[in-house]
Amino acid sequence: MLTRWIEPASTQRKDVGNCQAQGWMRGFLRDGEEIIVKFSLALRKVLPTGSALPMNYSTATKEITVREALNSALDEEMSADPKVFLMGEEVGEYQGAYKISKGLLEKYGPDRVLDTPITEAGFAGIGVGAAYYGLRPVVEFMTFNFSLQAIDHIINSAAKSNYMSAGQISVPIVFRGPNGAAAGVGAQHSQCFAAWYAHVPGLKVLTPYSAEDARGLLKAAIRDPDPVVFLENELLYGESFPVSAEVLDSSFCLPIGKAKIEREGKHVTITAYSKMVGYALQESLFSKHKSIFLLNHIKAAEILSKEGISAEVINLRSIRPLDRATINASVRKTNRLVTVEEGFPQHGVGAEIGMSVVEESFEYLDAPVERIAGADVPMPYAANLERMAVPQVDNIVHAAKRACYRSVPLAATA
Amino acid sequence: MSTFSAVKILSPPLFAARSSSPFLASPFAPPLSRSGLRSTRLPLPPLAVSSDVISGQNPIASDSSTSRHAEVSREEALVLYEDMVLGRVLEDMCAQMYYRGKMFGFVHLYNGQEAVSTGFIKLLEARDSVVSTYRDHVHAVSKGVPARAVLAELFGKTTGCCRGQGGSMHMFSSTHNLLGGFAFIGEGIPVATGAAFSSKYRHEVLKESNPNGLDVTVAFFGDGTCNNGQFFECLNMAQLWKLPIVFVVENNLWAIGMSHIRATSDPEIWKKGPAFGMPGHHVDGMDVLKVREVAMEAIERARRGDGPTLVECQTYRFRGHSLADPDELRKPDEKAHYAARDPITALKKYILEKNLATEWELKAIVTKIDEVIEDAVEFADSSPFPPRSQLLENVFADPKGFGIGPDGKYRCEDPKFTEGTAQV
Repeated sequence: MLTRWIEPASTQRKDVGNCQAQGWMRGFLRDGEEIIVKFSLALRKVLPTGSALPMNYSTATKEITVREALNSALDEEMSADPKVFLMGEEVGEYQGAYKISKGLLEKYGPDRVLDTPITEAGFAGIGVGAAYYGLRPVVEFMTFNFSLQAIDHIINSAAKSNYMSAGQISVPIVFRGPNGAAAGVGAQHSQCFAAWYAHVPGLKVLTPYSAEDARGLLKAAIRDPDPVVFLENELLYGESFPVSAEVLDSSFCLPIGKAKIEREGKHVTITAYSKMVGYALQESLFSKHKSIFLLNHIKAAEILSKEGISAEVINLRSIRPLDRATINASVRKTNRLVTVEEGFPQHGVGAEIGMSVVEESFEYLDAPVERIAGADVPMPYAANLERMAVPQVDNIVHAAKRACYRSVPLAATA
Repeated sequence: MSTFSAVKILSPPLFAARSSSPFLASPFAPPLSRSGLRSTRLPLPPLAVSSDVISGQNPIASDSSTSRHAEVSREEALVLYEDMVLGRVLEDMCAQMYYRGKMFGFVHLYNGQEAVSTGFIKLLEARDSVVSTYRDHVHAVSKGVPARAVLAELFGKTTGCCRGQGGSMHMFSSTHNLLGGFAFIGEGIPVATGAAFSSKYRHEVLKESNPNGLDVTVAFFGDGTCNNGQFFECLNMAQLWKLPIVFVVENNLWAIGMSHIRATSDPEIWKKGPAFGMPGHHVDGMDVLKVREVAMEAIERARRGDGPTLVECQTYRFRGHSLADPDELRKPDEKAHYAARDPITALKKYILEKNLATEWELKAIVTKIDEVIEDAVEFADSSPFPPRSQLLENVFADPKGFGIGPDGKYRCEDPKFTEGTAQV
């Protein structure tokens, strides 16, 4: 059953700058202070509201985890095209460091699923050299932090080759692996590299969120004739998402460079990618098993809607090329923008989105662009510090409200 | 400064070699297998020809004696001569053009090292690939890229081999299987290893086989690169997976102004091959016939599928590192010593001694090459600069960056996609 979100009539007011505590919401505070919210409602089971385009997926019949989605996408692409091969540390006999490539070694053999020595620079370069000759390598980095050892090859030989050779040599390679913060892994294992790679012309950077994104974008990446940096998220691997039969079809693939409007809204646009989409939007269905008193289960858009702010959540899906058209169209509709990302704030994805909106839709903005990012420090280890260093749902709610409060209150609210 | 003795081992055979070459055959070399490698480490050290610079002694005349070469036919000798002259004249013309302001940026010239590129590349087939560094002009013309295309590229014109977008350091040609042209040292080595990997993959997984053997990749790089991590990573993986690649070290003893002896704990680079389980050769890189001898063996080995080889060619660059290098650190007597061993002069002497051609014929070749290069300069001069519209081209192979749809076509070509009504 597709649940449609209907706004209570009482919240349909022109001026959303004067929100008051409603119903069971208690104790939210002003700028600079944490919001402490308590719920007494049980969490509801909510299905995704579907894409903004006039198309309805058939009733979700199956749920798969992101891990299964990636595994099945790899499996199908490898069986469809013998030129696709997988290379990385522990992808073969260990079944994948995060079990993404489980079963592939038995199915395709050691010629196509290669366990490499610990030589990121070497095997990334080998992947690029193989791609020069039309093979389609999928190079796995155990985390994208290790891609720094190979960054010379990703940028200087993969991204720039098509340009330097004037189109003679293209590099159909995919660099994939988990990116961003995990849980308690410390500073050197927790950085988000979306902004780093999205800076470079010649690369495509994709950041899937749900199982559908993972399947569709990985298939598109493998079929793509250009180098693609595919940034997954370790904490999303185990998350289940409902998928339609169409998604499970072996020729399903999503376009690169198109964002998805996960939830339509009217008052503020929230852009996010990867794990932050979940924070902005809602938790997966597993959350119903967890305690309702943990803050992480609070859904930002849901919270906001209860306060009368209808948030439009955009899942960016593709950081380069960035879907500026969708973002700008949404901002022109809602007039307010909050960008959410997990990475460091300076020169981040949010900075680019904010500037893009200023360049193209400045007259439509009713409030300054709000930017939520990780703390500007290397990731600390202590659990409470780590929680503070990564955006939480309450930060997103806070920022959205700030964006809404900054409008000039109208004199009469009738 | 480390001490090292003169290495002059003349007779020991190279293990696992099967050719009938006079000083590389081994009647009892063990087969190269993993278990074999553990139980019998190298039975005998690989062949080495003494390097007078490393040994600190005077050159040993017998090493450059012509009597130790396998015989080379007249046609082959003239091909080698012409190729080396082409390289030399091209590089000299590059220097001239640079000083006249027609070329700019970084230009790294290959004068003096022609024997290495000619010795290896002239043995390759069209399907084999060459990966080089920023000192790649001569590798490009040896591999078959027309001099016109190379010079136009250097001038930055749209008729260049990379439409003016690559430049001196980034020569690519897919038709000639020239895979660059890399500015970072060591960057080309993993790419070359990948090309060799693709050759093996195509043979074993895609089952596209050639009766003459695997496509071979030859990677050229310098002495400074041999201290870089990527070099060792690739030696390991190439030997581990038995890739059809030849690693050619153009040891010209200087990395810009850093002498190889000052930079390297063990300056004998050929020894690093056996450390990874592959044969390592050291050859006099100023003698094209010696280089060719070793190259034949290494390329055959790769083509058979026996794996990689490391060949260290002792050579010298007559000019500085680049045209901007004042070249003050190299001693004049060292330069004079190597200038006296100019590979082109040496080959000419050999040809005349063996009566393979007359002086007049050799002069005619030089004249012909001069004309080719002059014509190339005129062509490059008269070619247009790239138009403004070319600036944003070729970033992606995919026209607009939206990727490929399930039907296998570019998404941006589907009219419904651009209207926003396509099923996504």
